[in-house]
Amino acid sequence: MNKNLTAEEKNELVNPKERGFTQRLATATDWRTALLIPALAVLTALIIGVVIIMVTGSSFSDAMEAYKALLQGSVGSLRAISETLTAATPLILSGLSVALAFRAGLFNIGAEGQALIGGMFAVWVGFSITGLPLYIHLPLAVLAGIVGGAIYGFVPGILKAKTGAHEVITTIMLNYIALRLVDYFLKTSIFQREGRNDPVSKNVEATAELPAFLSSVDPALRVHAGLFVALAAAFFIYWLLFRTTIGFEFRAVGANPSAARYAGISVTRVYILVMMIAGALAGTAGAGQVLGVLGRATPGFTADLGFDGIAVALLGRSNPWGVVAAAILFGGLRAGGQQMQVSANVGIDLIAVIQGLIIMFVAAPALIAAIYRLKTPVASTQISKGWAS
Amino acid sequence: MSNQGSDYQELPVESYTSGESKSKVLNKNKIRRARIIGVILLILAGVVMFVLAPAAEGNATFGLSFPDDRFQLDALSVPSTGSLYILALVLGFLGGTQFLKGFQSKSTIILGISFALFVVAVMIWATAGQEFSLISMLVSTIARCTPIALGALSGILCERAGVVNIGIEGMLLGGAFTGVVMGSLVGGWVGLISATIVGGMLALLLAFLAINFRVDQIIIGVVINILVLGLTSFLTAQVLVKRPEWNDAPIFPAIKIPILGDIPILGPMFFDQTILVYGMFGLVVFTTYMLFRSRWGLRTRSVGENPKAADSLGISVAKTRYLAVIYGGMVGGFAGAWFTLGTVGRFDEGMTGGRGFIGLAAMIFGAWNPIGAFGAALIFGFSDSLQQKLALINTPIPTEFLSMTPYLVTIIVVAGLVGRARPPAADGQPFEKQ
Repeated sequence: MNKNLTAEEKNELVNPKERGFTQRLATATDWRTALLIPALAVLTALIIGVVIIMVTGSSFSDAMEAYKALLQGSVGSLRAISETLTAATPLILSGLSVALAFRAGLFNIGAEGQALIGGMFAVWVGFSITGLPLYIHLPLAVLAGIVGGAIYGFVPGILKAKTGAHEVITTIMLNYIALRLVDYFLKTSIFQREGRNDPVSKNVEATAELPAFLSSVDPALRVHAGLFVALAAAFFIYWLLFRTTIGFEFRAVGANPSAARYAGISVTRVYILVMMIAGALAGTAGAGQVLGVLGRATPGFTADLGFDGIAVALLGRSNPWGVVAAAILFGGLRAGGQQMQVSANVGIDLIAVIQGLIIMFVAAPALIAAIYRLKTPVASTQISKGWAS
Repeated sequence: MSNQGSDYQELPVESYTSGESKSKVLNKNKIRRARIIGVILLILAGVVMFVLAPAAEGNATFGLSFPDDRFQLDALSVPSTGSLYILALVLGFLGGTQFLKGFQSKSTIILGISFALFVVAVMIWATAGQEFSLISMLVSTIARCTPIALGALSGILCERAGVVNIGIEGMLLGGAFTGVVMGSLVGGWVGLISATIVGGMLALLLAFLAINFRVDQIIIGVVINILVLGLTSFLTAQVLVKRPEWNDAPIFPAIKIPILGDIPILGPMFFDQTILVYGMFGLVVFTTYMLFRSRWGLRTRSVGENPKAADSLGISVAKTRYLAVIYGGMVGGFAGAWFTLGTVGRFDEGMTGGRGFIGLAAMIFGAWNPIGAFGAALIFGFSDSLQQKLALINTPIPTEFLSMTPYLVTIIVVAGLVGRARPPAADGQPFEKQ
């Protein structure tokens, strides 16, 4: 197991606090692998995207038209930038959720389910309590999302810690269960809007909505205060991971659970705690969606933000600030993808393919190095160690 | 490394040094486990006694034959309340005995039997006063266990060679999509073969990145799942919506085997199925034989257990792993064809619904053995078909909760068994030739 450690991870274990800022900024060995590989990964994925568009019977100029729409929809105007940031907000949080788990050697595919449950908690507090002022109601609703996500993250955490059940399987199963729980609860009288037969929740009270802080400039600017919550969360996770004993324990367990156990760290406690915090982050993402964008809950309202979180965490190399940057990129892809679908008639599912390709190339930097004949030595990301550990 | 499970994790350091105190702690853990199982059984008994039995009324009728079967069996009709009380008493007796004395080594079997009794109780309660076609549920159990058993087989082939494959879901989805498109364009058999080839190609990607580039295998699996889901959804929206005739494949008919197919109950279950189900039986038997009785199988397993030793004996680790992973991928693609060519003949986005992951759970449950995995797949197939058939009759359980059943069963199985089943020793570890 030791041989899977990179030199940098070992350094982190031995010497966690005496590292330079740039080193902390990027988990990679130097700035080139930290910036060049992701940039080339994105470029290569976009090129393959052109091929896929052309395979479905469009011409090269159609594909260029689609990418022009993608660019315009993501950064082409103030409104496009607002859309990008709106889409990036939950991705920062779900990306942090996956990244934190990565750091502790866990693969949290369950951000989707945790966001769904967190969102349901938040929406319930959002519509059921009335008459509170904004500065009490809104934090309460966000807190409900955090609690809901943490509870749902606790389940795979304790299963992993106590029974060894691999979190990849349990979190995926919990995602399917969460989707069905949401479907069920949206049809109960607690959640369902009066006079509706379809599964849609009551509207969140105005006092629980995350304010769209630029709406005074232009009502169409949807970017909301959840962005600041997400950035604060990124700072908090950075502080937790690199400035606290708990964070050191997380990283020690992620680097080598048996060594960590031998050093007196309770691996059981770390697994449970990490999954709860990861769940809380994803739950906040779900809460941000219902309180900031949708104003209510509908079936599957998280729209795959949990899965995009995996891509964000990998692209950001599980570093909180890298996650923020990756989330903004993917937020741009999402916002631009909408535009692409509308004006160039290329389906938004292409974005999922491009994201998948980006993860593949980021996880296999040697592949990128081979394609572009880079001379930088690159190591593949190793986050998992099979079923049993 | 922590194969023994968590029982050992939180022990004080001294327990490793002195044999006596270690066995004491182990004994304590055993007793605790027996107590927990006992309490679970008593809770089940309580649920049957106080929740299900009072709510049941009238007879529960279970159909055992299809109307056009050669030999007709009378429908089985049981008084619901009475039989529920009997089941509650049996469960209570088992739970009480387990709690007080413990069944020792048999407690796992007792747990299994008790869960089966509980499922019977739920079925009686749900069908009380109604008629439920047990035979059609059993037939669909076999059909629905097919992709899960094959998915598990795909995982077994890869992992026995030391490559973790969590991209089975993507291979199923890719097979389902290719199967329907090629099936609509050319014909069912071409669809089936193309699906198998696409599964093999996805596995080639897995093998290439895992073996040549030593990329984290869990990440590659996730990438395969994301890529295939995105690509099939994109192509469905972009192409199949405009050309519905490309999404309308012929379905393989059920082929009844003469004489055997007329056996009551077992006939329709095992001898009146589609070519995909027969293919699953064949592949399970063939793979078991190949893995455990052939030179190829011995080499594959050695590469999964101890690649260094295999390498020093002159076996090419990379080549052996490539072969096993591609074979596994082809099984996955074949399994994917079941979703379209074996059932509905059309493709829907994400139609595999996590069956690939359930297959992984079946693989673990079956301890990386094809026959065992088939047994596990039967349980999943049963829960899958039970929820579907119960949704058709008027039960008090909301359909959302019914459709959770396969996923819940998977979690219970993985949580209950992963600590005891041992994966191949070199599972998931890249091999670097010295």
